[in-house]
Amino acid sequence: MIRRLIISVLLLFLCSVTAQAQDMTVQDVLQAHREALEKSSRRTIGPVIDAIADSGLPAARLVLERWRDREMWQRENDGLFFYGEPVDRSTERLFDFETGAEVGVYSTRDLDQLKPNSGIQAMIAAALVKFQLNDPDPAQRRTALEAIARSGEAAHLAPLRRSIPTETDPVLRAAKERTERLLTIAYGATDAERVAAIEHFRGSLFLDVRAALNPLVETRTVYAADLPADANIKRRLRGGSADLPVAEAFALLVDAGVVTPPPTVDERKSALIAHTRDGKVAGIPVADLNTQEIRDRAYAALAARGDVPAWDPAFSEARAVEDAPFAEVYTEPSAAVTEAAEETLRSINNTVAWNQVLDLSLDGLSLASIYFLAAIGLAITFGVMGVINMAHGEFIMMGAYTGYVVQQVIPDYTVSILVAIPLAFAVTFGAGVAMERLIIRRLYHRPLETLLATFGVSIALQQIAKNVFGTQVRPLTAPDWLDGALVLNDVVGISYIRIAIFVLALIFLGIFLFIMQKTRLGLETRAVTQNPRMAASMGINPGRVNMLTFGLGSGIAGIAGVAIGLYAKVTSELGQDYIVQSFMTVVVGGVGNIWGTLLGAGLIGFLQKGIEWFNPSNTLAAQTYMIIFIIIFIQFRPKGIIALKGRAAGD
Amino acid sequence: MRDLFRNTPSLPVFIAVLVVFALGVTVLSEAYGLGVLSTSFVKTLGKTACLALVAIAMDLVWGYTGILSLGHFAFFGLGGYMIGMWLMYARTELIVLDSLAAAPLPPTPGEISDAIASQIFGVVGASDFPMVWMFAHSFWAQMALVVLVPGLLALVFGWLAFRSRVTGVYLSILTQAMTLALSLYLFQNDSGLRGNNGLSGLQNLPGADAIPQATISIWFFWASALALLLTYVVAAFVVSGTFGSVIRGIRDDEARVRFLGYPVEGFKLFVFVLTAVIAALGGALYYPQAGIINPAEIAPIASIYLAVWVAIGGRGRLYGAVIGACVVSLLSTWFTGGQAPDLNLGVYTVKWVDWWQVGLGLSFVLVTLFAPRGLGGLVDLVSHRLSPNRHGAPLGPDTGALREKEAEQ
Repeated sequence: MIRRLIISVLLLFLCSVTAQAQDMTVQDVLQAHREALEKSSRRTIGPVIDAIADSGLPAARLVLERWRDREMWQRENDGLFFYGEPVDRSTERLFDFETGAEVGVYSTRDLDQLKPNSGIQAMIAAALVKFQLNDPDPAQRRTALEAIARSGEAAHLAPLRRSIPTETDPVLRAAKERTERLLTIAYGATDAERVAAIEHFRGSLFLDVRAALNPLVETRTVYAADLPADANIKRRLRGGSADLPVAEAFALLVDAGVVTPPPTVDERKSALIAHTRDGKVAGIPVADLNTQEIRDRAYAALAARGDVPAWDPAFSEARAVEDAPFAEVYTEPSAAVTEAAEETLRSINNTVAWNQVLDLSLDGLSLASIYFLAAIGLAITFGVMGVINMAHGEFIMMGAYTGYVVQQVIPDYTVSILVAIPLAFAVTFGAGVAMERLIIRRLYHRPLETLLATFGVSIALQQIAKNVFGTQVRPLTAPDWLDGALVLNDVVGISYIRIAIFVLALIFLGIFLFIMQKTRLGLETRAVTQNPRMAASMGINPGRVNMLTFGLGSGIAGIAGVAIGLYAKVTSELGQDYIVQSFMTVVVGGVGNIWGTLLGAGLIGFLQKGIEWFNPSNTLAAQTYMIIFIIIFIQFRPKGIIALKGRAAGD
Repeated sequence: MRDLFRNTPSLPVFIAVLVVFALGVTVLSEAYGLGVLSTSFVKTLGKTACLALVAIAMDLVWGYTGILSLGHFAFFGLGGYMIGMWLMYARTELIVLDSLAAAPLPPTPGEISDAIASQIFGVVGASDFPMVWMFAHSFWAQMALVVLVPGLLALVFGWLAFRSRVTGVYLSILTQAMTLALSLYLFQNDSGLRGNNGLSGLQNLPGADAIPQATISIWFFWASALALLLTYVVAAFVVSGTFGSVIRGIRDDEARVRFLGYPVEGFKLFVFVLTAVIAALGGALYYPQAGIINPAEIAPIASIYLAVWVAIGGRGRLYGAVIGACVVSLLSTWFTGGQAPDLNLGVYTVKWVDWWQVGLGLSFVLVTLFAPRGLGGLVDLVSHRLSPNRHGAPLGPDTGALREKEAEQ
């Protein structure tokens, strides 16, 4: 009976409150806070914004928006608030908030403009979120949701939750639920709902999830003698262990006021200087104080006299921290929440690790395909003719510059790339054939001299490129459809250019295999590779075959140059950056076998990425270790991974 | 000794030319003579003598033993680094002692060491001595390291490479990789050798501030010339006797020498290590004159240039290496220094600063193609030592057992 009575009284009270609210206008709310509005200070304006936003009046949103946009005016004679539209520089047309009716045109001299500063504007914007989340326009709702996701606050949580049941768009609804969970992790009222939200994200790869969880597991290390009973302790630490070095532990003790630090070396030195009397310190001549031992003795003497603070030479920081208790304490007070967060982060890190392996493999694969492209031409010439072409890197550079020149003539990037690839092949094919005719042909049987002669060509070509194109970086721009990256999730992503290079490498593998296995030229080339004299006896012209294979190898280098130029810097030193890796690829892979080159490129590409992963800050070290690895590798397989056997091996 | 002179007719000529040249430079120098030659030019001559020295080492290992090493300039640079560590340490120590002399208390050894370390490693953001500087305070220890560090590196690398029978272009590529690895390692800031800043101020000898650079430069010139002379004698000794015959045999046909019972790997290793040590000593003399050493000096390209000098000068003869190194490096200095007059072709003016490299590259190709004996081959014209008409007999080097006609095809 009594309960029923109380309920009815409460209901009556509620009705009267709503009735009261219905009678109120926005103008009343504004007038109630007139003073705070006029002062407009960031410290006092908070309640005003809340009052307007929570008034439940239909015009509240309009007020907040106009206010934020600095379009709210106060009439000086009666202090009423209106929103205005400028008529000209000094007159405003005012409108009523409630009805939207025009009030009249006023000179700005009779009006005061409310000018919220950026801080207040941000507060108003936060209050507006509530309205925007329920806006009929989905685009508005999305913008508001994104704003919350970017910089969520505790105040957003309630309006966000209220807006979820009425959300009609399924995508937006899912996004809202996700954002709600992220906010709950940080600002949820009870541990249970926070834990539930945290556990929902197990194995999630999104960066914002990790950003929300990481603050929860933040810890600080403290001296743990008098910890409050409810402290959320992660673990106890011992001073001087690997996790808590002596110096840090000692600093904690000093901060906690448990020990007074003994005078440091520098302090003792200043004390000695301060107590120098007639060239002597405590009876020891200053000139003798040139070792730490004697200085310590002098200080001990001073301390014994009581002139300076006492100092125990036997004092050791390590012993001081040895038995003191230390602990790592979560800043988050709730143990249930931290436990759930640690657990979830563990599962996330697990997933992240697997995805990183995948990402690393993709990186390695793309690096391997670049090395493969760069080395394939070299492998052909080396394999077929036993000739090292030191100018190979410069052929790559020539290809890249060809691409650049084509782009100067043809402005459309897609067309220019399509033109540049065959043109680069033609240019470097010509250069290769010319070099074979003029130089290499004369130096058969003298491989070391070929190496040096082609090096002469290499420095000449490099300097010519420098003279023609200058030393600055020339752009070789990829077409739009190669921009951007294929993003699988927040961990795994690969740029389209790299995919294109991978595809290009596959295409070249195919073309090469086709030429070698299915064409007359390939047959003759294989014959010359195995035994030039015998091939010549069978009617094959080894000179022609050598010329064509050399041209082919050089031409492929030119195309590789276009591909590399798309993502690397096109300079006259472009070739130099790839030449050693190309040599390595050929040497590791084994001479005269395309599969060897493929394996070599794969090994080197994955190895380099792998080493870089262990020590990401230091790519120089990665290259150093890789080269050392290759030198050792050569010990065990001097002829490469796939070595030619039998007669084809030559010696 | 008489054998040595009989087997190496160039030796007395070389000694005479070198002595006359050194005396001439002394007479014309600022410090002890007429002052015609500037200090910087005397330094250039001293440095050139060091380069000639390392070129002899390269000639020994390539021209005589047939190992085209693209790593000897790395040994040269390592030698420079080792002596540079002492020079930098000792000089910084003097500066630090000087600045600490005014302090109220005499400095302790620990304070001095800390001050030196922070002076030297301030540029790379460190203030402690890395392990590699352990002996930097001692001149003799560091001099020993000049020999030991490159020698050990050459020993280990050579042992690994020769043992697995890596030869020819493979070996060249491998030595190039070693050089690249070394220079990349030194480029790191935490390598302990000041990263890409390198070691600098090496021209200031510790405790020699009162002596003018003109005098120091001529001293270094004498030291370099003497070292060159000694190297020439040692190299001539190595190649003159049976040992020389064996290594030339290895160059021409390694397998045959092995079948004759000679331990080919041992011979190669000895030559490789010996030349590495010679190169390192050259570097130890070169860099105090140059004043600065950084990892870029060790980059593979430098070692390839070394091969270029020897090839242009003429492989397989000691004076050829000296001629090549002197001519090419002095010409390079002249052309790239902007002193050479521009060549006006009417449509285009050739600025030698830009085009010298092109000329060098092309002339190198031409020498390799048409004058494999290099500049040293000119001497043959004077001494009438022309190659005999073989009438189809075996050709010798590189072409192995091919007949003259086959080789020309």
